Amino acid sequence: MKRVYKITLLFGITILVASCHNNSAPNYQYFPNMYESVGYETYSESSAFANGKEGQLPATGTINRGFEPYDYENTPEGYDLAKANLKSPLDSIDRGSDKGKELFEIYCISCHGAAGDGKGKLVEREKFLGVPSYKDRVITEGSVFHVVTYGLNAMGSHANQLSVHERWLVADYVLKLKSQL
Amino acid sequence: MKKVGNHNSTSRKMFFSLALMLTFSLTSIAQVAAPAAAAEVPVATQGGDPVKGKELFNSNCAACHKLDAKATGPMLRGISAKHDMPWLYKWIHNSADLIKSGDAAAVKVYEANNKVPMTAFPALSEGDIDNIIAYTSEPKAEAPVAAVGGAVAGAPQEGGGVSNSIILGALALVLAMLVVMLFLVNNVLRKVAKANGIEVAPKAATTPIWVAFAKNQFLVLVTSIFLLLAGAYFVYGFLMQIGVDQGYEPIQPIHYSHRIHAGDNEINCKYCHSAARVSKNAGIPSLNVCMNCHKNIAEVAESTATPEYSKAFYDEQIQKLYTAVGWDKSTQSYTGKTQPVKWVRIHNLPDFVYFNHSQHVTVAGIECQTCHGPVETYEIQKQFAPLTMGWCINCHRKTEVKMKGNEYYTKIHEELSKKYGVDKLTAAQMGGLECGKCHY
Repeated sequence: MKRVYKITLLFGITILVASCHNNSAPNYQYFPNMYESVGYETYSESSAFANGKEGQLPATGTINRGFEPYDYENTPEGYDLAKANLKSPLDSIDRGSDKGKELFEIYCISCHGAAGDGKGKLVEREKFLGVPSYKDRVITEGSVFHVVTYGLNAMGSHANQLSVHERWLVADYVLKLKSQL
Repeated sequence: MKKVGNHNSTSRKMFFSLALMLTFSLTSIAQVAAPAAAAEVPVATQGGDPVKGKELFNSNCAACHKLDAKATGPMLRGISAKHDMPWLYKWIHNSADLIKSGDAAAVKVYEANNKVPMTAFPALSEGDIDNIIAYTSEPKAEAPVAAVGGAVAGAPQEGGGVSNSIILGALALVLAMLVVMLFLVNNVLRKVAKANGIEVAPKAATTPIWVAFAKNQFLVLVTSIFLLLAGAYFVYGFLMQIGVDQGYEPIQPIHYSHRIHAGDNEINCKYCHSAARVSKNAGIPSLNVCMNCHKNIAEVAESTATPEYSKAFYDEQIQKLYTAVGWDKSTQSYTGKTQPVKWVRIHNLPDFVYFNHSQHVTVAGIECQTCHGPVETYEIQKQFAPLTMGWCINCHRKTEVKMKGNEYYTKIHEELSKKYGVDKLTAAQMGGLECGKCHY
């Protein structure tokens, strides 16, 4: 009978040791000062700033490098003006390049569909409804750029995911799809 | 022994099938009841066809309107009770004109909805609008009954998925029972033997096995060498995993499921992690990216819920997002009260290594899944790769560089190919193993 106790004890200890492994906590580090940055890393916390975050908004009034002012306001009037007046600055090399398709298939395809017919995966699965086909809407390159920049109705702004140049590439590709529908 | 239940009991089977039948009958009753209730209403309104109306509604109106909740536009169920039909025709055909003409009701609606103009639909005929209004006049379907019935009826099928663990458990139980039975049988036999007066021969006193082992010096030597090697193996294994966080799966402040977003809905990784294309860091999406969709999707569908996570649980997570970003669902506007979400960082390279996402994602065109694993199946995000130097180098040695369509480097690619005498260059041959490329 003694042997049974010993086996149980050994078994119990094994389970106890094995259960110490916890995936929700990070592993030990050897000499952490070689691992952890002295400088601030992206998204880290920092006591140097009042709100405790490393990521800070730029000081008011500053302009980031490569900034291009966009004069059309996020209003129905601004939309109409952009539709009528705004023209694409793309040159002949950028027009019809594969880059626009590539970006469209990352940022637009989920709702607008690969062909631009408004039958994307999210529409198919009824997460988003009423996405129009490009064919059924009067759009110009200016209006597409304006909507991608500010968003319209249920569509949000994509200005922080796409640079100005990339938005023009997408607008160009959208019109290409419209012409094919 | 007797307490173990009979798994194949007939009464259990009967009870189970009764329950199954009951649940199915519930669903069928609900399905019969719903159309009957719906059929009465169109007569009361304009005699439009709600089925056609639903189609039109989903393709034209649903981008901004929901039946039972305010979205970009007001909720539309029972809209015919608020406005008369001629007014609705005018509004839908061209709301901007109606507002300009100074119609009091039109101006009120415009101002109540943050002055967002409604797209004009001159193409919809009055008959189409009648159909749409008929659809919006339908009473709310008694969905909960059908849903509950469906969920219960669905449960036994899902039971097939977990049956593996049930089978294993049953096997363990059977084995345990066998062991107990063996002991019992042994006991009984001894008792029988005793009763019959048969003497069970007592064990002869022999030298204990450990004494015999200690006396055999060769065996001791071999065993100690084996133990030393085995010990070294385990110690080495333990030391090598220090600082390696493979499988790290922290609990995040908001339960975000990559399975639902990247898997079921096939949203591109780079939609949210757009910085991975153009910067060193892959980027944790800012919450406005979430709101691009979740402004519209305030709750998950019934079908999104899994046995492990309920619909209520997922809805709560979306609510957490709204709290963080300061979105008021009832007025469809931002309150301005935001609070940052403290995401827990999973992938963290040591400070002495340089790694650039855009270099791998955009230039090399490597799939995210190569390093991050099948993220589209992860309910909870975890670290897939060990992120050790050996792992990096292995990939650099194996990965062939895409040389096509890269005219700028054609010449240097040709020279390198000649130097190594190969057709296809690997990342290593292009300098991917040089210390200074990653450590400086």
